Amino acid sequence: MLTYIIRRILYAIPIVIGVNLLTAVLFFYVNTPDDMARKILGEKNVTAAQVDNWKRDHGYNLPVFFNTPEEGTAKLTETIFFKKSLPLLWFDFGRSDRNNIDIGGEIKTRMWPSLAISLPMFTLGLVLDLFIAMMLAYYRGTYLDLWGVVLAVVMMSVSTLFYIIGGQFLLGKVLKLFPISGFDTGIDSVKFLVLPVVIGVLSSLGIGVRFYRTVFLEEINKDYIRTARAKGLGEGAVLFKHALKNAMIPILTNVVVSIPFLFYGSLIMERFFAIPGLGNFTIDAIQAQDFAIVRSMVYLGSILYIVGLILTDISYTLVDPRVRFE
Amino acid sequence: MLIVFLVLSGGCTPNDPYRASDTGANTFYSTFFEPPKHLDPARAYSSEEYDFLAQIYEPPLQYHYLKRPYELIPSTVEDVPAPAYYDRDGKRLPHGAAPEKVAKAVYEITVRKGILYQDHPAFAKGPDGEPLYMNLSPSDLKGVDEVSDFKVKGTRELKSDDYILEIMRLADPEIASPVLPIFEKYILGLQEYSEALRRDLDGIRKERREKAGLSYNQEADEKANPVILDYRKHKLPGVERVDDHTFRIILKTKYPQFVYWLAMPFFSPVPEEAHLFYKQGALADRNITIDRFPIGTGPYMMETFNPNMEIILSRNPNFHYEEYPKEGEAVDAEKGLLKDAGTRLPFADKLVFKLEQEVIPRWNKFLQGYYDNSGITSDSFDQAVSFSAAGEAELTDAMKEKGITLLTSVRPSIYYTGFNMLDESIGGYSPEKQKLRQAISIALDFEEYIEIFNNGRGIPAMSPIPPGIFGNKDGKDGVNRYVYEWDDAKKRPVRKSLEYARKLMAEAGFSNGRDKNGRPLVITFDNPWTGADSTPMINWYIKRMRLLGIQLENRTTDYNRFQEKMLKGNFQMFSWGWNADYPDPENFLFLLIGSNSKVKYQGENVSNYSSPEFDRLFKIMENMDNSPERLKVIDEMLAIAKKDSPWVWGHHPVAFGLYHQWMSNIKPNSMANNTMKYLRVDPELRKKLRQEWNSPNLWPLAIIAALIILGSIPAVISVRRRLGRAKR
Repeated sequence: MLTYIIRRILYAIPIVIGVNLLTAVLFFYVNTPDDMARKILGEKNVTAAQVDNWKRDHGYNLPVFFNTPEEGTAKLTETIFFKKSLPLLWFDFGRSDRNNIDIGGEIKTRMWPSLAISLPMFTLGLVLDLFIAMMLAYYRGTYLDLWGVVLAVVMMSVSTLFYIIGGQFLLGKVLKLFPISGFDTGIDSVKFLVLPVVIGVLSSLGIGVRFYRTVFLEEINKDYIRTARAKGLGEGAVLFKHALKNAMIPILTNVVVSIPFLFYGSLIMERFFAIPGLGNFTIDAIQAQDFAIVRSMVYLGSILYIVGLILTDISYTLVDPRVRFE
Repeated sequence: MLIVFLVLSGGCTPNDPYRASDTGANTFYSTFFEPPKHLDPARAYSSEEYDFLAQIYEPPLQYHYLKRPYELIPSTVEDVPAPAYYDRDGKRLPHGAAPEKVAKAVYEITVRKGILYQDHPAFAKGPDGEPLYMNLSPSDLKGVDEVSDFKVKGTRELKSDDYILEIMRLADPEIASPVLPIFEKYILGLQEYSEALRRDLDGIRKERREKAGLSYNQEADEKANPVILDYRKHKLPGVERVDDHTFRIILKTKYPQFVYWLAMPFFSPVPEEAHLFYKQGALADRNITIDRFPIGTGPYMMETFNPNMEIILSRNPNFHYEEYPKEGEAVDAEKGLLKDAGTRLPFADKLVFKLEQEVIPRWNKFLQGYYDNSGITSDSFDQAVSFSAAGEAELTDAMKEKGITLLTSVRPSIYYTGFNMLDESIGGYSPEKQKLRQAISIALDFEEYIEIFNNGRGIPAMSPIPPGIFGNKDGKDGVNRYVYEWDDAKKRPVRKSLEYARKLMAEAGFSNGRDKNGRPLVITFDNPWTGADSTPMINWYIKRMRLLGIQLENRTTDYNRFQEKMLKGNFQMFSWGWNADYPDPENFLFLLIGSNSKVKYQGENVSNYSSPEFDRLFKIMENMDNSPERLKVIDEMLAIAKKDSPWVWGHHPVAFGLYHQWMSNIKPNSMANNTMKYLRVDPELRKKLRQEWNSPNLWPLAIIAALIILGSIPAVISVRRRLGRAKR
């Protein structure tokens, strides 16, 4: 297993470098270092000398990928890409281009509000998705199944934005049960979490229920379920003990890969509920053309994705003894 | 979950976003849309940053809160300094001396005695009298995340050295002050001084790089060991220390507008203790920098700086004595704005600003009483404001019921549509080209534009100078005769007809929008309007231009490309805006002088307009005090610019602000940023109304719960039956 994990980590290195390369290509295709300097220095009274000085002070005066006048390896190392990407390998994210804050520290701080929302949303959502999907599978072919699926399709067709604005209007403004937006620390954060969590769970319910219903339907039509029923097992035991256990592979594929991304937060949710998480951090950085934050967040995203995939593979062996690391 | 939540809300309204302990506190609650990038006074240059900075730092001067036109008054100094002019031989010149004779303009500034800084760890001293918190290591900072976490703090008196240090900081290449290029033109020796500091910085960096070898990482090194430039190593002749409380700023030319800059945060005092304190690597590593934790003498000090969530300023107990103004405009007493005359400032104990980046939650929380003030976005405009038959903006009944107050003020800004005067088809100064631009100015009906796109929140511009700024004339005298006629009966300007515009087009050689060869006139329109709601605006421009037979080719690009095009002059028509730094016509008219051309000098004259006569008059006007003579020169300048029409003058925006009934002493002031100290809150009334407005509605929940239970009954019965069948 250890060999397998090490091999997967080694495979990940070119992927991570590739992701960094692609990020730099795309970013500098849209923004030149001059654009960045002008945006960051402000819109009034910016002179060419100030732009040059800013680039020099922040290491953006070098060529992006290839430094022709240099000799030997310096052609590659004396570049923006090399200078800015290399420290990422040991998770040194450096400082923001825009306001010089420590990006690593900011990620550590903002990770918790993101988790405070995404973790309960994910857990509650998963439990509800599985439970409702199983119920629909149990009532397959009945009016409950039919209307359940129709409702799920309707729910998945509605934009998340609608859920957010509608939820804030109904629960925050009309019923006045929860603060419309905001965040706090400690126990005081609870009142701010309820509304986004409820809305987050509801907005993803349709898609989750449909997916897991399909998974369960596939399982309950298999021979071993018929055998279980023939043995006289109750429907509850058939569903929760046998069908659920055997449906774990597709469930895990969907679930485990999502776990690392819980740190990453939700872009829209955090903005509308004024939650100081990582999702908002990324959006703001893109808007402000802060390459230091953008590359750090993309790098972190690629690492989290790889971790998610490795965790998924490991989890397969736990639920299915037939799967082996080879 | 709901019951637990209601219990946790501790008897408050459950949708209250604040802690129970904050209820009834003398706190002003507001919002901010974008986290401030910089709170270093040498660097900050946006209104989002000034909202906080101006409550903490005190530059030498400030604007009178109530008087109009805007008037400068002392803040931390004895008087508004009057410049003393000298010629090349050092001979004193009279106040009205011709600018070309002035070799030096000296501003002597006397700081008031007894003004103290807020308590701050930078001033803390050990038993040996040495700074307590210098040479800090990471281990010394366990549990320290903010300046308030330091146990020992101290203070000291404000001195002239602190103002001098800040002027030196403007030249620091590491700080990269946005106003350095402006002051290099005026402050004696500042350019040479900033170049010397740049050389020092480059030298230190080179030395460090050579010492460390190939593995050198400048960013990591400077994070751990910040570069501290020695400001005293070089002489800055433009600043002289006279004594502990007096200093002089020496300009190399006559520049009467300089006093306005003395009211901006760039000239705020920074004590050397703080400058050195914040240059410690261990602090920078924890993001404790002067860019996030200001240190000032103002009415408030930074209590919590969490730009991702909230910024809290609390009353500075060391704030010097300052009174609420005793006089204002004639109507101010009638409006109750002088009730607090002579009362000590500030009124609110705390200022709490919450980050709200989305307009809907922000607006709803204002209506619930959780924010004390609010702007009005297009989304909520109809809900808040209606127009009377006379065209006056007034609050809707729903707002009136809540006792909300609407205050409007013309902003010292202009949004205009410009022409590239270097362009062959649309630029140039021949009578034909003037007529072409005048015709377009008539066709682009900004009365209609303001009505459609700004909900009526704007005033069509007759010139670049907005109302409230010297040089602006309202009524018949101020009308732009090339675009409007004055209607004596209606007593207002009326836009010239499209027929007249078409006649001008024909005289310009473009009859029905076609040249003598029958080719259509095609003009490109550059703008950075990439938002979803920009399409109607672009279509409006196309439609209006089509009325003259002109084909407008839209070239929307992202802001970066737009800027690049403006810099290179690769455009014909464009959209732009300007927000004044200070209330003087010079700050608007300089947008049209040749030496400020964007293409040639990277200045702010984006149209690249160049009129020798306009430039000559500008030089005279910029050095004059406000007087009938100055007004005459301005009139002449405006006449030239209006005839040349390098801009379609566009509009001056009008700001609409809403305030709850528990707020008082509110008067919009577009120039002053330090106005929070004047605001008074009635916390008891706010508490009462918040409770009235926010008692929860639980009955719909009971109905939903009943429906769920009823809906579940068939399912439960069905399950029981199935299980029963399975058992049998």
